[in-house]
Amino acid sequence: MSLTDAPRIVTARAGFDDSHSIDRFLATGGFDGLRKALTLSPTQVCEQVDAASLLGRGGAGFPAGRKWSMLRKADVSYLVINGDESEPATFKDHLLVEKEPHQLIEGVVIAAYALQVSQAFIFLRGEFALGLERVQTAVNDAYAAGALGQNIFGSGFSLDIVVHPGAGAYICGEETSLLESLEGKRGFPRIKPPFFPAAIGLYGEPTVVNNVETVSNLPWIVLNGGEAFAALGEGSSTGTRLFALSGHVRNPAVYELEMVKHTFRDLIFAPTLGGGIPSGTGVKAIIPGGVSAPWFYEEHLDLPLGQDEVAEAGSMLGSGSIVVMDETTCMVKAAWRITRFFSRESCGQCTPCREGSGWLERILFRLENGQGRREDLDLLLDLCDNIAPGLTWPPQQTTICVLGPSIPSSIHSSISRFRDEFLAHITQGRCPHA
Amino acid sequence: MPEETPDNEITFTLDGREVTAAKGEMIIAAAERAGTYIPRFCYHPRMEPVGVCRMCLVEVEGPRGSTLMPSCYVAVGDGMAVTTDSDKVKKAQDGVLEFLLANHPLDCPVCDKGGECPLQDQTLAHGPGETRFVEEKRHFAKPIPISELVLLDRERCIQCSRCTRFAEEVAGEALIDFSGRGDMVEVSTFPGEPFSSYFSGNTVQICPVGALTATAYRFAARPWDLEQVESTCTGCAVGCRVAVQSSAGRLTRLLGVDADPVNHSWLCDKGRFAFESVNGPDDGGSSLDLTDPRRRIDEPMVRRDGELVAVGWSEALRRTVEILRSAGADHLGSIGGAQTTNEGAFAWTTLLKGIIGTDSVDAQLGDGLDPALISALPRATIDEAASACTVLLLSGDLREELPVLFLRLRGAAMSGQTSLIDLGPRANPLGDLAKVRLAARPGDSLLIARALGGDSSAEVSLRTHPEGRTFTDDDLVEARRLLGTDGEGVVIVLGRTSLAEDPHLVEAAARSLAATYPKATFLPALRRANTMGAIDMGLVPGLLPGRIALGSAGDALAELLPAASMAPGRSTLAQLAALADGSQTALLLLGAEPLFDVPDAALAERAMTAGAQIIAVTGHGGPSLAHCEVVLPVAVAHERVGSTTNLEGRVSALSQKVMPPALAWPDWMIAGELAALLGTDLGWSTVEDVTDAIAATVGTHAGVTASLLASPAAADGVVVPLTGAISGPRALLDPTAVPGLASPDKVGLSAFTGAMVEPIAVAVPTGGPRPLVLTDLAVPAPTDPPAPDSYSLRLVASRTLYDGGTQVVASPALDDLRPDAVAFVNPYDLDRLGVTTGDEVRLRSPKASLVITVTADEGTLRGTVAMDFGTAVLGSEVHTNAVASLIDATSLVTDVRMESL
Repeated sequence: MSLTDAPRIVTARAGFDDSHSIDRFLATGGFDGLRKALTLSPTQVCEQVDAASLLGRGGAGFPAGRKWSMLRKADVSYLVINGDESEPATFKDHLLVEKEPHQLIEGVVIAAYALQVSQAFIFLRGEFALGLERVQTAVNDAYAAGALGQNIFGSGFSLDIVVHPGAGAYICGEETSLLESLEGKRGFPRIKPPFFPAAIGLYGEPTVVNNVETVSNLPWIVLNGGEAFAALGEGSSTGTRLFALSGHVRNPAVYELEMVKHTFRDLIFAPTLGGGIPSGTGVKAIIPGGVSAPWFYEEHLDLPLGQDEVAEAGSMLGSGSIVVMDETTCMVKAAWRITRFFSRESCGQCTPCREGSGWLERILFRLENGQGRREDLDLLLDLCDNIAPGLTWPPQQTTICVLGPSIPSSIHSSISRFRDEFLAHITQGRCPHA
Repeated sequence: MPEETPDNEITFTLDGREVTAAKGEMIIAAAERAGTYIPRFCYHPRMEPVGVCRMCLVEVEGPRGSTLMPSCYVAVGDGMAVTTDSDKVKKAQDGVLEFLLANHPLDCPVCDKGGECPLQDQTLAHGPGETRFVEEKRHFAKPIPISELVLLDRERCIQCSRCTRFAEEVAGEALIDFSGRGDMVEVSTFPGEPFSSYFSGNTVQICPVGALTATAYRFAARPWDLEQVESTCTGCAVGCRVAVQSSAGRLTRLLGVDADPVNHSWLCDKGRFAFESVNGPDDGGSSLDLTDPRRRIDEPMVRRDGELVAVGWSEALRRTVEILRSAGADHLGSIGGAQTTNEGAFAWTTLLKGIIGTDSVDAQLGDGLDPALISALPRATIDEAASACTVLLLSGDLREELPVLFLRLRGAAMSGQTSLIDLGPRANPLGDLAKVRLAARPGDSLLIARALGGDSSAEVSLRTHPEGRTFTDDDLVEARRLLGTDGEGVVIVLGRTSLAEDPHLVEAAARSLAATYPKATFLPALRRANTMGAIDMGLVPGLLPGRIALGSAGDALAELLPAASMAPGRSTLAQLAALADGSQTALLLLGAEPLFDVPDAALAERAMTAGAQIIAVTGHGGPSLAHCEVVLPVAVAHERVGSTTNLEGRVSALSQKVMPPALAWPDWMIAGELAALLGTDLGWSTVEDVTDAIAATVGTHAGVTASLLASPAAADGVVVPLTGAISGPRALLDPTAVPGLASPDKVGLSAFTGAMVEPIAVAVPTGGPRPLVLTDLAVPAPTDPPAPDSYSLRLVASRTLYDGGTQVVASPALDDLRPDAVAFVNPYDLDRLGVTTGDEVRLRSPKASLVITVTADEGTLRGTVAMDFGTAVLGSEVHTNAVASLIDATSLVTDVRMESL
């Protein structure tokens, strides 16, 4: 799939039908990274991760090594893996938990060793039925193989992993909400301060929360060295990344690409990747990093797939979820559909998000169905401004967590770029694309 | 609010001006004290902030420029720059308000909150004149009951989480929580579990919209028609400060006032809703029988030809004087008086002890403790208990007996700074939070107290109990550690652990603890409202007003009480025995109902039917009226002015909100008129005259004049004896914290400045007789309860909040909540008998035998059976207070046999 000869780091086995089996895993270098890590000191493992400049793959792109270094020293601390991938068009962790469950476990053990924690939790989206089964099997296999439990591979290091299925709430992907849910409470994001779970996290103890893809990189990094990882990509974007490509492309799929070395155009149009737009029309809009991200358009196609590059252009690479919308797409409907998602997944804690998301969704629904008014466009933007003051990027917020300020992105993008299309809905009294 | 000292004082900039604040104080509170009111909904000064409504957003300068932050959640920092009035802040706040209104129904005209609604007020103050929301609002069925007392209108709810936080954080009963997502989030109960909490009314009070309403107030009045006075709740001895509201001459609502040393704005549901018993039935209730507690007594009556008939006051008083004169001082006595005011109690003491010359007066009903001991023990305040290192609970279940004291102590235990040691005989919610539970079986509390003091023979006795010890060696060691060497920082809550146990036992335990821990202080947990006031006013045998012994009155008091006896009189139980054997021939009932209240129903029955001449001074009907010669109608709570004393000795002002019915008078006036008929003019023409007479003659109350009690600095009351300046400035009356409470600086949100009350200096009285101390008291001979016999269960009679007393029965909102009498028995003992929960058994005591349903209860100790005092066996006409029928007040403990049917 790759255009370059960069190694496939987290999807090396994904091509095998039995990539999830312990036999295939062990036959393809399984636990080699862990065995090597256990010969190093925890500090040395951390140094490798620092050298790799591994950025978190959950969406915020926070350097993993720095997050680890913030873990407050305490008698009890935890590692929690965030696998609650629940956003529309985001499905890269889905692939990893189903195809590479043992690699995930290996990564968790390496991370736990580096952090010297003895209890880890893997919080998986509850709808990942197959993934849950495979990750639990991988945990059981790892215990049987001596890679989990007491005295792992004779190293003296011990770790237990609990696999926890989420109960079906997008908000539990927000790390503090995830911790609340893991504690058995309603999944309300925690208010800041404390700003980081590394200080006060699960059960009030210091906790590192890492994404599935982030830790899945660790076996390779330990085995090949952080510098080898950092040699891939460019600038702050090192290594490879998974891109979940969907929408109007011939080959929607998860692609592992070396960072920065490819552009949006490569990903969407290369025959070995997205394969182009089936309708033959042009790109109308691209969502570059999950549905919270401001949209890109045709003029952004040659932008490299790198964290800083995308940020400088006014959006974010986020979770690496890229949605392509071709010329036939109704921008009002797209904005409505995304807003509907947020309105249904708002936890309901903060007023602006709880009430604002539903209000925005209702207005967009009216617009899409030809019941809009001209003043609705300014109203939409003003309500968005009351959730994310200034409508800047990155956004300011009037809410506790970032779900609220994620809502305006699609609305602000679509109205700014396609105001005429909104007006057409209003003047024609119907959706022109319907 | 943390105390300000230069050490923890910081300076920050508020809208461009320098302001000082305490370190750790939230911006919202610091700004409020500085005169800047930041709008809010979810913030409540008595609960942890959560920052969810987002109404209180302000701009805070930070390293990354100014950002919007919730001022309820961000603590002020030294040098911090806070802006509350910028365009950005205004837009954010207006935006939040608009969002809150988006789905909020426009039913203000039919909403109980309309007119006192923080959402309405803040919309009026800042909101846009027109709505931009043209969509369909969300719909829910409305309203739905979430308990017997509270209804929920989910359409009006703004999800501020005040109610859910109160339930979990303050009451410790997380029975309501959010369900659903987005704008369909709703407050819910759990399936099959109603919001049954003794504190549910607080959620109604703190709801900033009309989402939560209480059955007792729903559609009863409009806020602008309500009149309000501030007073003290006399539902129990905690003495919560309340705002009493009425409309058209009937009480409509009680709201908790934030008295910092007492109730922190909370009330229990009994205190909040029992005002219905004052109003009486809607139709006046004149068709009800005089023995019905729901009936208000509104005219004097005397018995003629076997019937009580209405007469004028002069005839009723004349008949009363005849009875008192013909009986003579040695053969008469009074029972009751804890429901009256300090002034009423003082007036009755003056009449009975000072003019007639009997010492057989007892405000306690056989359910209290030795008044001399209570007066002599070093006293703790509620605040001291709630900030003590260790609190030892030698009392019943405080949630049932003194609910708001329970809240205060629960808060202390949850904060982690106070450790609890529980000696109660039954599992209870404070005991569940206790570091150590040394459960005392009936009769064993003295042994445990002695064991704590290192008495090895007591340890052996406990260890050799046939059912085994209720605690481990480690428990004892830990308890000793928590109590320290001399009891420094220890508060002992002293009450009746069981009404089926002779009070001498728990009193002996208290003396033993006081001897072992000389620096420990005691908080009396005597439940009846003004018991402490009655004790202080000498309305108990063996004491004179001011916590002094008979014969030790100073000149002024001695002049007022010329006939005072030197010999201690009869207690309530002794009077009942004397009535039963004919040696007492006249009885004055001062708001007491012996046939229900006394923990020995058989004794009370014999006493009341022995032919003595009985005069009842009462505001409500009751079974004793069937045996009375004279009935004198008295003003009850909220119908009278005066003062009351809570369990810590805090004297606070009582205000009158409604007129007493028809011809009812206040106690002090009745006693004064009787004194006049007996030839003594006490010279009291107003209740303030009585208050001032107390201040002038009673040493402990020196300086506590009517004008002092009426002053703003004494609004939370004053603890007697006064020890210096009254320094209690009131907590701010935030109109959003307690909607509906008319505060002096009412609502005008923009002009809100919480003016603090200046402390006032008082002269500390010197000289005069010294109140009793422990060393003044004779030590009674040791009393050892009989060894338990393995065929019997030892009876525990504990309190339940919704008992069959007048306040509950005569309040329709509460009457349905009364539990039926059941016998709580440890499953081990039930198994031995082969019965289980729901089965009926026969309980047989020396006094009675009754058939009752059993409930298996792990919280009841093996070898004991627990019953709630004041509850009736379902379907039984006889045992309206089932456990009182079983109790034998003449023995130290009551053992019962349990038999299967």
